[in-house]
Amino acid sequence: MSALPQPQPNGDSRPYWHAARERRLLIRKCNGCANRHFMPRHVCPHCWSDQLEWIESEGRGSIQSFSIVHRAPTSTFAANTPYVIALIDLDEGPRMFANVIGDDALDVSIGDRVSVTFEDRGDGALVPQFTRAPV
Amino acid sequence: MATSKALRNKVAIVGVGESDIGKVPGTSGLGLNAQACKRALDDAGLDPSQVDGLLTGYSFTETYTMLGSSLCEYLGLQPTLCASMVAGGASPGIMLRHAAQSIVMGTADTVLICAGENRATGLGRDAAVAVLAAVGHPQFEQPYGGSIPGFYAMVARRYMHEYGTTRNQLASVAVNTRAHACLHPNAQMRTPITKQEVLGSKPIADPLRMLDCCLISDAAGAFVVTSAERAHDLRMKPAYLLGIGEKHTHEHIMCAPSLTHFGAAESGRIAYDMAGVGPRDVDVAELYDCFTIVPIIELEELGLAERGQGGAFFDQGHARIGGKLPVNTHGGMLSHAHAGAAGGLFGIVEAVRQLRGDQGVRQVQGAEIALVHNEGGILSSHCTMILSNRTH
Repeated sequence: MSALPQPQPNGDSRPYWHAARERRLLIRKCNGCANRHFMPRHVCPHCWSDQLEWIESEGRGSIQSFSIVHRAPTSTFAANTPYVIALIDLDEGPRMFANVIGDDALDVSIGDRVSVTFEDRGDGALVPQFTRAPV
Repeated sequence: MATSKALRNKVAIVGVGESDIGKVPGTSGLGLNAQACKRALDDAGLDPSQVDGLLTGYSFTETYTMLGSSLCEYLGLQPTLCASMVAGGASPGIMLRHAAQSIVMGTADTVLICAGENRATGLGRDAAVAVLAAVGHPQFEQPYGGSIPGFYAMVARRYMHEYGTTRNQLASVAVNTRAHACLHPNAQMRTPITKQEVLGSKPIADPLRMLDCCLISDAAGAFVVTSAERAHDLRMKPAYLLGIGEKHTHEHIMCAPSLTHFGAAESGRIAYDMAGVGPRDVDVAELYDCFTIVPIIELEELGLAERGQGGAFFDQGHARIGGKLPVNTHGGMLSHAHAGAAGGLFGIVEAVRQLRGDQGVRQVQGAEIALVHNEGGILSSHCTMILSNRTH
């Protein structure tokens, strides 16, 4: 199996991916309007304030939707099929995209509670992933 | 909010053309565009020297930085208006609007709009799937193996969860569309299919299966836009632009404001307002159908079916030619052709043909008002067009 890709940080996201290496999930909080968002930006997408800070998510959320992928987009992921992709609504508000992993991943349903875990992508790189939380 | 009626009744589509479709190894992507453009100009009865503008989309197979200029160079055109516009599947509608604005403003007379590429032979299926995966966000979607079918599958699952749309209803969209393709002489897939075959086709991204997914084709389409006045003197019955609207809400599905409400409702509202018509006036609809869930959502967003009833609309046969509102009478991207921005452009080509009233077994009887909807990204960018064979 070829290695799954490592994240490629840029100037907006470097703190996010650095924190992931320490098993911390960061999101953005706007001090102009108090909204939180996921994909890091130079300005708040709600009010355009540039007074943004990083806060740590508790790493818990619920499944807004998901799909079980049988036909991978690239050969790198083909060995992992079938795998789960999902949109996760974090309890702090923002929505993010990740895999649901673990032995019971394929049993996932909309509304399931999930919690963050971190997947090794080599050279110390970790990516946030989710597992179904015990009921 | 802009509610300009300045474009209503002012321009018309006067020629349409399709390249050969399917696997066309004997030509390049630009060659397919040239073939479609030549056929559109022949249809209009115009000479290349009468074209002063060219707009085109994008190509994954021939990645020229300045695709519009490269295509003009290939065609020997030296226009005074030229651009390549990139809004995924919404590009053709957006190009039509820019052409219409230029013509109304007097900065162009006759604009040729085309799109397409040799996606089947120039890339092949595996490479096409891999290239298209780059539509996912490079940092927050691609590292998780997100695919375009996967992104749309998540929309489908949420929609089914909230509105009760069924797996069986998705299959009926594919069956409906294939039945229409069987009536089209240039459609890529012309063998009828059954619901059972759709439900039994290879799983791609649950709940979507192979026959829920659009084709990968070599194909290009083209159409010619000019002023309504000039259109009177040309050989074909004009298709007048009554209304056109856009709405852009996101690009990546993780940033979509909703998984059940999209920009089509607003682009449709703008188009209806401009046209002075409503959903009940529409005689034929050419909707974007990259996956079977999409035309169901669009029917509902555009007010052509009640919310939650789009699936039943297809399943009950209302979208068939001869039904209440025929949808994708050419066979759509599921069965006619899909090659980049050409997919949505063929909806425009088909609407124009239906409004001419001469499509034989495929003709929607008495069609006077056609609605076309283009959509790009993951239901990200929307453009709704309303066309008619008479001014209103």
